Amino acid sequence: MELRGRTIFKGVAKGEVLATSQPISFYGGVDPSTGVVVEKGHELEGQAVKGKILAFPNGKGSTVGSYTLYRMKRSYTAPAGILNQECETVVAVGAIISEIPCIDRIDLSKIETGDIVCLNNDRVRVERRKRLE
Amino acid sequence: MTRMRLTKEEEKMLCGEEGYAAKKSMEILVALGEIYNAEALVNVGSVQVAGVSYHNLGEAGLEFLKELARDGRVKVLTTLNPAGMDLKNWRALGITPEFAEKQNRVIDAFRRMGVIISCTCTPYLIGSLPRYGEHIAWSESSAVTFANSVIGAKTNREGGPSALAAALVGKTPCYGLHLEENRAPDVHVDVKVYLKTLSDWGALGWCIGRKAENKIPYITGVGKASLDDLKSFCASVVTYGAKPLFFIKGITPDSDRQQIPKEKVTIEDQHMKEAFDSINDEVETVDLVCIGCPHCSIREVARIAGLLHSRKVSSNTELWIATSRLVKQLADEIGYTRTIESAGGRFACDTCMAVAPLKGRFKSVATNSAKGCYYSRHNGMATRLGSLEDCINAAVTGKWS
Repeated sequence: MELRGRTIFKGVAKGEVLATSQPISFYGGVDPSTGVVVEKGHELEGQAVKGKILAFPNGKGSTVGSYTLYRMKRSYTAPAGILNQECETVVAVGAIISEIPCIDRIDLSKIETGDIVCLNNDRVRVERRKRLE
Repeated sequence: MTRMRLTKEEEKMLCGEEGYAAKKSMEILVALGEIYNAEALVNVGSVQVAGVSYHNLGEAGLEFLKELARDGRVKVLTTLNPAGMDLKNWRALGITPEFAEKQNRVIDAFRRMGVIISCTCTPYLIGSLPRYGEHIAWSESSAVTFANSVIGAKTNREGGPSALAAALVGKTPCYGLHLEENRAPDVHVDVKVYLKTLSDWGALGWCIGRKAENKIPYITGVGKASLDDLKSFCASVVTYGAKPLFFIKGITPDSDRQQIPKEKVTIEDQHMKEAFDSINDEVETVDLVCIGCPHCSIREVARIAGLLHSRKVSSNTELWIATSRLVKQLADEIGYTRTIESAGGRFACDTCMAVAPLKGRFKSVATNSAKGCYYSRHNGMATRLGSLEDCINAAVTGKWS
């Protein structure tokens, strides 16, 4: 299966999906030194985003969050790629300055945590479904 | 793939022909333009950059700024938001040498890019005054609101990186509040209360911000408003939820040209009481009194000097006057500084209560700024909002009465 969206930052990335239906605030919500989600009560609380294809509807919170993504990239704790329903300023700017492939306008109901996907500019190829394992 | 129309010059920057900083900046501006359906970039007259305090930026932000500073130079008048400390007098305000060293590196990166190290949230008071109708790219929500509403300039509420990108290119994507069709008011707010002090204006901002969440208010019932009143109101109304644009009938530009919106709310005494009740905590002893959120104008400094004449700040309390270095220098010349400092007050130039690393240092704060209360709570302090007279009394007695 292949999904098509809108390129926010172009590039190729492959990895395992970590998906949530909740928005993410990178500033305060993710620990940049470990890449672990620390926002209290978040669906992903306690999980590491490092090396994953992180799928979430949109970003939220302070614009400092863009710098948090950059810091994660420098500390090797950043996601390999980002999929959004509708990208907003904080995540878009963060993906661009950190050079993390990022696509939005993707129907996130079609992918789930554990799927292996490949991002290529504006396309997402689902290579292996988790439930077929 | 790009739907936005770019000029040849812009295409070149996007391809990297003008170097790394211009390329990164163009990538940011084009992506934002695409997200918000801008048709093109528009030239800006000035930029105000936020994201200056090392407390908020951290090592990552500093690294990014250093990378941009290698070949990035601003193309228009660019001023800077407050930093995490007074750049000269940081020791006296209890900042550690480790923090100061990092903060200075941030400032150096901005300086190399040609940014004016103004370190104030009130650029319009110290030499960056847009003209009516001018497109600008400002961050700092209180200044954005002032520029849009009081001056009639046009800017979205930029974040730190997007404002810096606009400065390095000299342009911003044309969407949102840059377009006339998005600047019409959505809700009519009739004010039926008497506004006496700056803190009343702050509380009014709390009331309207909540009632006009993410909307543009059209305000009637306000007869007069000084520069300081409007400055305080701008900070509060956007902090508590409104869009960074409002109209006050008969006072702000274009207010007579707007259609009065059908949706109507009224602000009465009970709402103002609710605002003060919500903002205020139980405070008896006051650890810190802070005036200047947004940064004090010279008139406010004059009033503080007048109130402190032949009085002394309590030994249990610190009194901070947050202002720009330029206003402080004027206060030095006139003699206000001597009056305030000999009473035990301290100037905090280049910084403020919202961005300095104050967490854990003070348990309670009194201020005449509703916005200041919002950020002080974030720093774990109990807050008290009152008039300038109340605040100076609290500084002198060490107690809220």
